[in-house]
Amino acid sequence: MKIHIKNGRLIDPAKGIDAQADLFIAAGRIAAVGAAPEGFAANRVIDATGRVVCPGLVDLSARLREPGFEYKATLESEMAAAAAGGVTSLACPPDTDPPLDEPGLVEMLKHRARHPSFAHVYPVGALTLGLAGERLTEMAELYEAGCVAFGQAQAPVVDTLVLMRAMQYAATFDFPVWLQAQDPFLGKEGVAHDGEVATRLGLPGIPVSAETIALSAILQLARDTGVRIHITRISSAAALEMIVAARASGIAATCDVSINHLHLSDADIGYFNPHARLAPPLRDGRDREALRRGLAAGAINALCSDHAPVDDDAKQAPFGEAAPGATGLELLLPLTLKWAGEMKLPLGQALARITCDAARVLGLSAGTLAAGAVADVCIFDPRGSFRVTRESLRSQGKNTPFLGQELPGRVCCTLIEGHVAFENGRQG
Amino acid sequence: MRNPQLNKNGGLQHLLTIDGLPREILSTILDTAAPFSEVAEREVKKLPLLRGKSVFNLFFESSTRTRTTFEIAAKRLSADVINLNISTSSTSKGETLLDTVDNLCAMQADMFVVRHASSGAPFLIAQHLAAMGLEHIHVINAGDGRHAHPTQGLLDMYTIRHYKKTFANLVVAIVGDVLHSRVARSQIHALITLGVPEVRVIGPKTLIPTDVDKLGVRVFHDMRAGLKDVDVVMMLRLQNERMQGALLPSPQEFFKYYGLTADKLECARPDAIVMHPGPMNRGVEIDSAVADGPHAVILPQVTFGIAVRMAVMSMLAGG
Repeated sequence: MKIHIKNGRLIDPAKGIDAQADLFIAAGRIAAVGAAPEGFAANRVIDATGRVVCPGLVDLSARLREPGFEYKATLESEMAAAAAGGVTSLACPPDTDPPLDEPGLVEMLKHRARHPSFAHVYPVGALTLGLAGERLTEMAELYEAGCVAFGQAQAPVVDTLVLMRAMQYAATFDFPVWLQAQDPFLGKEGVAHDGEVATRLGLPGIPVSAETIALSAILQLARDTGVRIHITRISSAAALEMIVAARASGIAATCDVSINHLHLSDADIGYFNPHARLAPPLRDGRDREALRRGLAAGAINALCSDHAPVDDDAKQAPFGEAAPGATGLELLLPLTLKWAGEMKLPLGQALARITCDAARVLGLSAGTLAAGAVADVCIFDPRGSFRVTRESLRSQGKNTPFLGQELPGRVCCTLIEGHVAFENGRQG
Repeated sequence: MRNPQLNKNGGLQHLLTIDGLPREILSTILDTAAPFSEVAEREVKKLPLLRGKSVFNLFFESSTRTRTTFEIAAKRLSADVINLNISTSSTSKGETLLDTVDNLCAMQADMFVVRHASSGAPFLIAQHLAAMGLEHIHVINAGDGRHAHPTQGLLDMYTIRHYKKTFANLVVAIVGDVLHSRVARSQIHALITLGVPEVRVIGPKTLIPTDVDKLGVRVFHDMRAGLKDVDVVMMLRLQNERMQGALLPSPQEFFKYYGLTADKLECARPDAIVMHPGPMNRGVEIDSAVADGPHAVILPQVTFGIAVRMAVMSMLAGG
């Protein structure tokens, strides 16, 4: 299948390209940019007039809920959401049931995800058995089965000796370790950022120190063990400052932030809106501003959807009892565009955080439209919009604080390895 | 987003919290309560305002005083009252909160009086009723988690107005476990809305919530300094399970530093009144000599509570 995408505004952040240029795809790869290769006869021409043609999005955290939570979502429903959102590569955290702590589970997931219209799946394996924080998993075996990194999702490793050993073992094979920083004791009872909003609403608080104390332990152990460390879902200005300082002292830590924390603060809890119940909690307005600036400056490496579909029953509960998490695959691009617009950022710089920069965290060569690269492509209408409703979301999870909002950007077409996985509202 | 407890005309649809309610509504509730307290003096204590209406006391957390006074208030307004103690009923069988509500709606409920251990539960119910188009059903929050206990806050305001005649120029201190107290939060919002110029909270740092000063109160950790020249002392209950462990070392030490004794009360104005939402822990947050002494208005609070709850119920559902 040879595809010619013509008349589009081609943005390839990895190459610093933002220009009117055609794209030529053959045998699942980018054949050429600009001029057609000699003798190129397209089977299919896609007219991208007025559209942006960019690399398919790379999402560092999308829960597909398989195995174990099929009542929340299935691979089919969430892969349809990914394609509709322009996402062509995604990392899935190990918090399935059972957790991704055995090679067989990872192989099964990879096998189930093998479909031309499904995004490439990169499982993050469990760092400890059952995510219990006690015994190491067979990381080398898990790596061979397809894991790209090892982490704990939102489960803590309480025992710091285990944490150090896990990092040492991962460093032996140069496997990256992905951790979310939250102290299990300071965060134990809390359901919202410890501040004026939580005080007013009578919600048990999670102080910023729950994040910074855990982060400090992670960074110091990363320095001692030399492991490649990635901090997932940072939530506060203080955490960002610590990561920047750690880099200055020679620790090569990377980090990401979720679309929710980029746009919302604890004030958005409003009258106990359970959709704003997230982990980590939404912090205050100053934290959000620091995260927005940090992502623009590149101090935060990537933006992710932190996609977590939750069933209605688990959300229709008083705030503190509602399950944390929000659906996000279909909101990643619109919320990136919204942020870019509000920050007045060049589109290419903004798209880098969800394409090549995210791919770099994953250790992939994806996220570019360079000749020879895998033809993962997202074509979107920057002047279009996406209205977030229960009906418009393809994900089985209808839970998002952005429900009812009209967001910028509309995905027109998604190509995965040169296969049209989504086009004009329909799955390929 | 509209305050979910107000209707389109700015009137009271539900009573969920005092936070955000205008002063006029609070004053109207207190004014409406005044004649109801006279009803209690009569031989026939009934009024027909809620005749034919069904009030469901929906208590997901146990309570004696609050549930009883709501029941009396509803009965004096001629409503039919149904008491449900759900902690021992359907939710233990796995029914969700909203399923319970839907079932009671199907039984033609007119009003829910809700107590729940989770902050915000009555908001969830109110929002659900709005989504179902059941705008004729009203919700009264009878205490949700640490968030609010608005009728307690209102009956406290009624008590203060009864004894002090005005809210202007008062200094009021709230003492004890502010962190876990829905009563304290409702008191703070009510006092500030009604124009009390100085509201203080007193307690050890473990029991004072983060950024509470942003609600408009002054924070004191020294009880004598905090009680200096106050007109009203509002004591809070200290739950048994909080008396030992990481919040406080012992009830004895708490009593020594934050228990209200006659000696500490001397720091307040000579005509200060002492209030407590009950049930009291004598010898923990308050000394018996004070609880039974001339400054205490703790039993009148209970009596006024009936009139205030009648006022709220009649404003929501009467006519």
